[in-house]
Amino acid sequence: MLLYLGRSWQKKQKNKMIANFGYKDGSGEFFITIDTDKCNGCGDCIPVCPAGVLEIRENEFDPLAEDQMAAVKEEHRKKIKYSCAPCKSDKSSHTEPCISVCELNAITHSW
Amino acid sequence: MAKEFWRWKEYNWKSENIDWKGGTTISAGVDVGSVSSQVVILVDGELFAYSNMRTGSDSPMSAQNAMNWALEKTDMKLEDIHYVVGTGYGRVNVPFANKTITEIACHARGANFMYGNTVRTLIDMGGQDCKAIQCDEKGKVVNFLMNDKCAAGTGRGMEVFADLLSLSIEDVGELSFQIDEEPEPVSSTCVIFAKSEATRLLRDGWPKNKVLAAYSSAMAHRVVTLLERIGIQKDFAITGGIAKNIGVVNRLQKEIGIETLKTDYDTQIAGALGAALFGKVLAEKAKK
Repeated sequence: MLLYLGRSWQKKQKNKMIANFGYKDGSGEFFITIDTDKCNGCGDCIPVCPAGVLEIRENEFDPLAEDQMAAVKEEHRKKIKYSCAPCKSDKSSHTEPCISVCELNAITHSW
Repeated sequence: MAKEFWRWKEYNWKSENIDWKGGTTISAGVDVGSVSSQVVILVDGELFAYSNMRTGSDSPMSAQNAMNWALEKTDMKLEDIHYVVGTGYGRVNVPFANKTITEIACHARGANFMYGNTVRTLIDMGGQDCKAIQCDEKGKVVNFLMNDKCAAGTGRGMEVFADLLSLSIEDVGELSFQIDEEPEPVSSTCVIFAKSEATRLLRDGWPKNKVLAAYSSAMAHRVVTLLERIGIQKDFAITGGIAKNIGVVNRLQKEIGIETLKTDYDTQIAGALGAALFGKVLAEKAKK
């Protein structure tokens, strides 16, 4: 049991990374942050995004590992302020669907 | 033709001590950036040769040219290289690459090699973007932030200023300290706005060096705001072309209160070096 715990701890440490997708410009900071320590690549966040901003892909920042993670699509990365605007202005809910659907709390927004 | 003040020197280098024919794994990294392209060739993880040149309008051609130039001083041929990793902005356009890897991972790995494994925070000040990266003792990315939407605080911005002030890009760092007192930074870091602000300052009678100082500190400040978001841990290092600009580096050190690590390696090759190091591991994996 102890050995098992030790192993799972090691595995978690191995994948630990914070990925910030987005940009900063004169109008503010717009980053979607994925905590790869928490993200298990389940893909629940993909269908709930009305703009289709997210996708599941290989962790490209650790080329020697083969784990999957949620990430912002390249075509949205430099315009997420606009891609995410519909959810941000939706007053009927307090949190964005991608954030609330993620049971592991792996997704955060900077704005 | 008018003198091109922004033009930096292109060069290639080869190690005198390594006999590549005795090596078991030969790997190469090709970093096709937005402004410059580098190729690094490693023989069993030892730096064997590298080149650094300007990226042209044709990315596959730039990759090929940089590779040819790195090989020029050696008797090695492209076919002798076991594994080529492409990285950088134009990485998908490297025709002879076995694999492409994002430049963020490569810079972290390269800096780990160049500066030693104590590097925890790294900023790559490249030609057209800035990347703040946190990494562990193995050079693995732990946290990163890239800003490539805006060229403020990048090499391109410095090139524009060198041209505007008719000063050689290789001298602007030193010259920015030849001033009576440190001026306020220019209020805008946007290259376009900063340029028009500088034009006004020149008209008001500011000496060139003072304008340069004002822009260098604005640039340093902009990078600090990026760094603050991911947090700064010691040791701190800078890669990319701006790491050679003492005017920006010293002002950056002063603002964050942390010394940057020094290296004898060329800071511009960090990305290609990291790619080549990954190439070595991947080549060994493929052999098994």
